[in-house]
Amino acid sequence: MVKFVKISRQAVEHVALLARLELSEQEIGTYTEQLNTILDYAAILEKLDTSEVQPTAHAVPLHNVLREDEVRVSMPQEKVLQNAPDAENGFFRVPKIV
Amino acid sequence: MDITAKTAGELHDLLVQKEITSTELTHAFLDRVRRLEGQVQAYVTVTDKSALKRAAEVDAKIARGEAIGTLEGIPMALKDNMCTEGIRTTCSSKMLEEFVPPYSAEVAIRLQEAGAILLGKLNMDEFAMGSSTENSRFFPTHNPWDLERVPGGSSGGAAASVAAAEAVYALGSDTGGSIRQPAAFCGVVGMKPTYGAVSRYGLIAFASSLDQIGPLTKDVRDNALVMNAIAGHDRKDSTSVRFDKPDYTQFLGKNIKGLKIGIPREYFGEGIDSDVAKVIWDAVAALKDLGAEAEECSLPHTDYAMPAYYLIAPAECSSNLARYDGVRYGYRAEGDDLISMVRKTRAEGFGPEVKRRIMLGTYALSSGYYDAYYVKAQKVRTLIKQDFDQAFGTYDVLLSPTAPTVAFKFGEKSSNPLSMYLSDICTVPVNLAGIPGISIPAGFVGGLPVGLHLMGKAFDEGTLYQVAYAFEQHTGFHKVKPSTKEVAAHGLE
Amino acid sequence: MAWSDTYEMVCGVETHVELATKSKIFCGCTTEFGGEQNTHVCAVCSGLPGVLPVLNKEVVNLAIKAGLALNGEIAEFSKFDRKNYYYPDLPKNYQTSQYDLPICKNGWLEITVDGAKKRIGITRAHMEEDAGKLVHSGETITSSDESYVDYNRTGVPLLEIVSEPDLRSIAEVVAYLEQLVQILDYTQVSDCRLEQGSVRFDINVSLRPKGTSDLGTRTETKNLNSFASVRHCMEYETERQAEVLDAGDKVVQETRTWDEGKGITISLRSKEEAHDYRYFPEPDLVPLVIERSWVEEIRRTLPELPTERRMRYESLGLSEYDAGVLTSSRALADFFDEALSRYADAKILTNWVMGEFLRLLKANQQSVLDSPISPVQLAELLELIDKGSISGKIAKGVLEDMYATGKDAALIIKEKGLGQISDEAALAEIVEQVIAAHPQSVEDYRAGKERAIGFLVGQIMKATKGQANPSLVNKLLKEKLS
Repeated sequence: MVKFVKISRQAVEHVALLARLELSEQEIGTYTEQLNTILDYAAILEKLDTSEVQPTAHAVPLHNVLREDEVRVSMPQEKVLQNAPDAENGFFRVPKIV
Repeated sequence: MDITAKTAGELHDLLVQKEITSTELTHAFLDRVRRLEGQVQAYVTVTDKSALKRAAEVDAKIARGEAIGTLEGIPMALKDNMCTEGIRTTCSSKMLEEFVPPYSAEVAIRLQEAGAILLGKLNMDEFAMGSSTENSRFFPTHNPWDLERVPGGSSGGAAASVAAAEAVYALGSDTGGSIRQPAAFCGVVGMKPTYGAVSRYGLIAFASSLDQIGPLTKDVRDNALVMNAIAGHDRKDSTSVRFDKPDYTQFLGKNIKGLKIGIPREYFGEGIDSDVAKVIWDAVAALKDLGAEAEECSLPHTDYAMPAYYLIAPAECSSNLARYDGVRYGYRAEGDDLISMVRKTRAEGFGPEVKRRIMLGTYALSSGYYDAYYVKAQKVRTLIKQDFDQAFGTYDVLLSPTAPTVAFKFGEKSSNPLSMYLSDICTVPVNLAGIPGISIPAGFVGGLPVGLHLMGKAFDEGTLYQVAYAFEQHTGFHKVKPSTKEVAAHGLE
Repeated sequence: MAWSDTYEMVCGVETHVELATKSKIFCGCTTEFGGEQNTHVCAVCSGLPGVLPVLNKEVVNLAIKAGLALNGEIAEFSKFDRKNYYYPDLPKNYQTSQYDLPICKNGWLEITVDGAKKRIGITRAHMEEDAGKLVHSGETITSSDESYVDYNRTGVPLLEIVSEPDLRSIAEVVAYLEQLVQILDYTQVSDCRLEQGSVRFDINVSLRPKGTSDLGTRTETKNLNSFASVRHCMEYETERQAEVLDAGDKVVQETRTWDEGKGITISLRSKEEAHDYRYFPEPDLVPLVIERSWVEEIRRTLPELPTERRMRYESLGLSEYDAGVLTSSRALADFFDEALSRYADAKILTNWVMGEFLRLLKANQQSVLDSPISPVQLAELLELIDKGSISGKIAKGVLEDMYATGKDAALIIKEKGLGQISDEAALAEIVEQVIAAHPQSVEDYRAGKERAIGFLVGQIMKATKGQANPSLVNKLLKEKLS
């Protein structure tokens, strides 16, 4: 079984990149410490043998919830863009991608 | 007596008897909001104009001699994570400070169709993450029972608004206790329905597999009335369940003689304040007086619920909150290129608790750790569910405190995330299992309300209302109102 | 020396196919191509806070149908997962897809290259949502100061079909893709409009020294949308890898993109991060439990597939080549079959369909579906030839008129007075006139100059403006002159 391990400062930096958060040096330190505290607490789960247990993703066991293939009216363009921080000519505008 | 102190049930009768108009009622609430908000700070947005317009429409309908529904013309408010078309919906976050949804949540539509008067949107912990409403981007909400204390969270604005009679009722959302814990701290009735009983469409997601909307009300009858209006299948929510929705008021007044109540001993462990525990044991005695059979039982995996919850909820949250990137809506920071714009936007737009959970959840899902954390937590979820299934083989309802303590002071827990998390220790297992839970006023410790937590079988909200109503009518704790001078000075006995 | 003398290529393809539904996978917006930017968009597919997805049943139906046509196993239990990554064309910054429990696994299809048949494995096929479209201010993404996002395509249903790394030559890859697209076209799982990007290919390719069995390091070139670009891209990429290996260097495992203009592949290596998609079960959707009765119901709707159809045509006496051309698209094969139901001589019909008919389509840059001539109309024309109403030569002109006007052959023949003179009495009169007018030729013929009869036939055809039935003219002439 996989052991719970300490999360390193480097790992926190990598996670911050995956999560698209820019963190200050100080925040990286704080989160490293706090995540370790929480993960230490979660390490109690290691004690439990769950090798024979199926995971639960949904509390209520539903299946095959489907809709018919019917076209419905879309939103007018101005409504689609109404909250856009930056839009032009009916497009959302973003800065240089690479 | 001030009409703002009355329940929805009482106000409906007054409207029908033409003792008051909806406009008068709405004015009364708006006045009270104006006078009290300086102290309580429950509202993020007050929609006075549209409220009065709606009230006038209801009055016109009454004047025409048309029948009105039970909630028609009655002022209420929504937690600010439920989308309202044309009305700013912020999640108490800088990220959505100026977000105006072009659509409404299903619950908002159902209440609007029921003729409800929306007074405004209520403060909360940012994106519903927190247990004190201190994580609001805007301001903390104060507990009407003691303004130095938190109202609980994350639906702190909802609980405080009902306790301070700034709304007849409110809707909150509950992911790990966010309706029930603030209901307990503020001395109101709060129901977290079965997962799938109330549509989540338009509820800004925190943890999709755990989130559920429910009512916070002055008494059990109002709670059942609001559930009647909001519960039921919705085709727009794939996790919404088709079930035979009863009239929830039919369970009120049914006696509880012979009803079997289990008291899981794991919910009375260390960390539970002994005075709070004593109030709960008094409640058990009261229920026995009413003829219920109560005995101790065991939910053996309870200790694992919190750590499992603190892996599952952040994991889902890390994905749900990925959409806030400054491209389509919400806050946007300047950046030289896309990635720096997105990283700055999220760094500046989210508060520390939200970022902490995003970090934790991203880590729990990342490759190499997924099985150890996320899958493990989901397996524990299965065990928690099985515990409940087994207990409900014997008992009709389970009983515990709602929260380990009464409302704490501002700043008391905000420096230590883990101690804050533990205030949800009694409520979290219910979300993991997807079952309903209700918190009702059960007495006081040091003048602060204590909540009694009742847990039921999936889709058996009816039995919870039956027991809650019997207890409420027998004890009358719901009639005790906050007596802080600021709140009391404005007309409540 | 060609690289193929030294190395063996190993290739697998991921194909993204837009499924032919009317509405998007999780909302009611139209899937129609085009439209002004951000007008086929709603709260759900633009990923507004609070929205929830509901799965389109037709997406599942079409995925099952494709799975069956590709000889795959349809899962009894399937679910959706979230694939988490940040990109501005992805409104939620995760893509709802399928990870460990795809709807279809273990399929295959058969290709023929240089007469040899080979079975290509299909690892899996899974359902997912398409992303939106980015428009860059500059010529390319790297030279642009800003980009513009259009979410019209966001949420269009896709089936991602992943092949085994069974392909060993560019010819095999192209044969596989052609066969795959044909099957998707036949089953009408997709409208297969490659030029609109409704089928896209990601090519995974590596080289290894001939005779070895370990896999080399592969590259993935994404988003190719024509067979020609796949061919050109692979020619470039295999050459490039061979040069890297020949120089003693290592191929870098990476994603590349094909620059059609320059004819090269370019690295898309990100210095920022290795991909970590953090897949987890989609909590907003519930699993699929696919009863066998559902699968059987869809199996019954499966049409005759290209391979079966080719075999049927060959059994009618058509060549392998002709059968291949006729079955190259479902529309053409359907056209052929409909005409065949009216006109039974498959060989004559094949000659006309593959000759004049396809020539007209090509000249007019139209597809079979756009053809102004119906299969029945073509069959009628061929019947008129057989009856002797017109000659084959005149029929070609009639077909052109039919293409231009959409009129029936009989009407055109009548309007233009093109009908053959097959009336023996009428022809006999003209024959006698021609004989009388050309005594020298008659004499020559009788003297044994067989060729002289050709001149007389020509004169008769001239007199009848080419409408005389040639075999009848011959018969009458011979009678009169003998």
